[in-house]
Amino acid sequence: MADIQTNLATNSPVNAEPVEMLLNMGPQHPSTHGVFRMVLWVDGEKIVDVEPHIGYLHRGSEKLCEGEQYHQVITLFDRLDYVANFNNELVYCQAVEKLMGLEVPERAEYVRVILCELNRIASHLLYVGTIGLDAGAMTPTMFAFRGRERIQSVFEAVSGARMMHNYFRIGGVKEDLPDNFEQLIAELLPPLREDVEESDRILTFNEIFLTRLKDVGTIGPEEAIDFGFTGPCLRGCGIEYDVRKAHPYSIYDRFDFDIPVGLDGDCWDRHWVRVQEMYESLKIIEQALEQMPGGEVVSSLGRRLIRPPAGEVYMRAENPRGEIGVHLISNGTDRPYRLKVRPPSFCNLSAIRRLLTNSWIADSVVILGSLDIVLGEVDR
Amino acid sequence: MLNSVKGMMLTLASTFQGLKKPVTREYPKTPTPVQPRFMGFPALTWDSDVGEPFCTGCMVCIRNCPTQCMSASMMDNPLQQEGQSHRRKIVDYFEINLNRCILCGICVELCNFDAIVMSHEHEMSTYERNGDRVALPALLEIGQKYQRETKWIPPTVLAKAKKDAEDAAKAAKAAEAEPAGAAQEAD
Ligand code: SF4
Ligand code: SF4
Repeated sequence: MADIQTNLATNSPVNAEPVEMLLNMGPQHPSTHGVFRMVLWVDGEKIVDVEPHIGYLHRGSEKLCEGEQYHQVITLFDRLDYVANFNNELVYCQAVEKLMGLEVPERAEYVRVILCELNRIASHLLYVGTIGLDAGAMTPTMFAFRGRERIQSVFEAVSGARMMHNYFRIGGVKEDLPDNFEQLIAELLPPLREDVEESDRILTFNEIFLTRLKDVGTIGPEEAIDFGFTGPCLRGCGIEYDVRKAHPYSIYDRFDFDIPVGLDGDCWDRHWVRVQEMYESLKIIEQALEQMPGGEVVSSLGRRLIRPPAGEVYMRAENPRGEIGVHLISNGTDRPYRLKVRPPSFCNLSAIRRLLTNSWIADSVVILGSLDIVLGEVDR
Repeated sequence: MLNSVKGMMLTLASTFQGLKKPVTREYPKTPTPVQPRFMGFPALTWDSDVGEPFCTGCMVCIRNCPTQCMSASMMDNPLQQEGQSHRRKIVDYFEINLNRCILCGICVELCNFDAIVMSHEHEMSTYERNGDRVALPALLEIGQKYQRETKWIPPTVLAKAKKDAEDAAKAAKAAEAEPAGAAQEAD
């Protein structure tokens, strides 16, 4: 900090004393991706220090979980990371299933994987749209939302809701896929691939975009691990860690896909990793559709009251934003005793001070955007 | 530079495509059609064979609603005393605060009497704070509209028909296998 001050002092034409200015960014700021507040101490255009304020969207989800029955908690998990609802539902359902030692029917596993991967694409498309906006490009947003809209209409056909689905159940899914699902997905995938390719072509190697993102918000692999980075943010630093491969859950060990990794750990690498992940997800969906068996989608548990035995489990899964963990403690009643969520966005966001200090104000928006946070998950 | 030009070409191509075949809709003028499974606000169904609601006021849905947005009470069914209905109890009073409802569909899943459905109604904004506290007559009206529009058949009836069909198929198969078995025995 002292460095900058002397630097600025000697370089400034009027040779005035450097003055720190306090700048409030958010909570109602269009590019904080929700309601996130940062207090920036700026010296001219340089950020000297940052203090993030979280909690504006705090709903006490973890506490609410303790008051709800096991099947009602799914609705709360929908609202954690509200851009990737299916992925959240999956990790909670799996935690309870692990605690109960419940077998999930084959077909239900495939249905879940297909929907989760579609949701991953939808989430990354939203990211591509917003990072475009953050860097000053309006068009990719429209393109990305068009693709996301297609996915959401399929979600609506399957689960009845575009966002808060409440479709996964402990031991399966709510009901079988609609009869016309095959037709729906056959109509969805080719244009979706085109959409992904289009958003890739228009943005990833665009000169302006490259200049805005390359070598901005760089973080090294060791530091990233220290901050608890996961997901595309970690893989952008060149570390090949993906829960789907490292600790396969559900049926992810049956699919053949790659983990894209970046090189430098800057904003552009994080962006590139996400774009490549969309192609990988498409690969998984195609394989899953091929392998999907027929049969039941609900476990033998049916509609009976869920009462897991007393005990503790920890379950993790790969969300579009990183590794989500659920620590569930049960005391044998019909409600969880304690439910702790490890949200990926929260851990990724913890590096915001390190990333923003000594960068330009104009880059702060891009850096925040490249972390791809969802405030519903950060504040819980 | 080259990439920027390419991006511009892509944008132009999309613009022309969009002019030919727009992706967006002018919402209030042309509403988006909903999918058959769409979950709008919950509503109660009407048993037109008997002329009463399906709901018996059993409160299962109310106890399982994650937001506690419903309330109900039951009474003895007058139609049953006249011998017209098989329902001993019937709903007396029912209210859903649709402002609190999160459209999760748990109530529909747990109702044992096919009495509640997720209707396709989703435009219900009002100016009053409690304007969407909907009572029994209005709920039945929404439900009946949904029943008419989707030609609703109670899910238990559907499930029973499916099971009967399966049983019949099984019986037919068994009957087919039997003569073969009998023929073998005769050998
Ligand atoms: S809607 Fe169904 S569950 Fe709810 S009170 Fe009526 S009969 Fe019972
Ligand atoms: S849909 Fe969910 S929130 Fe709404 S009334 Fe039914 S159970 Fe309650």
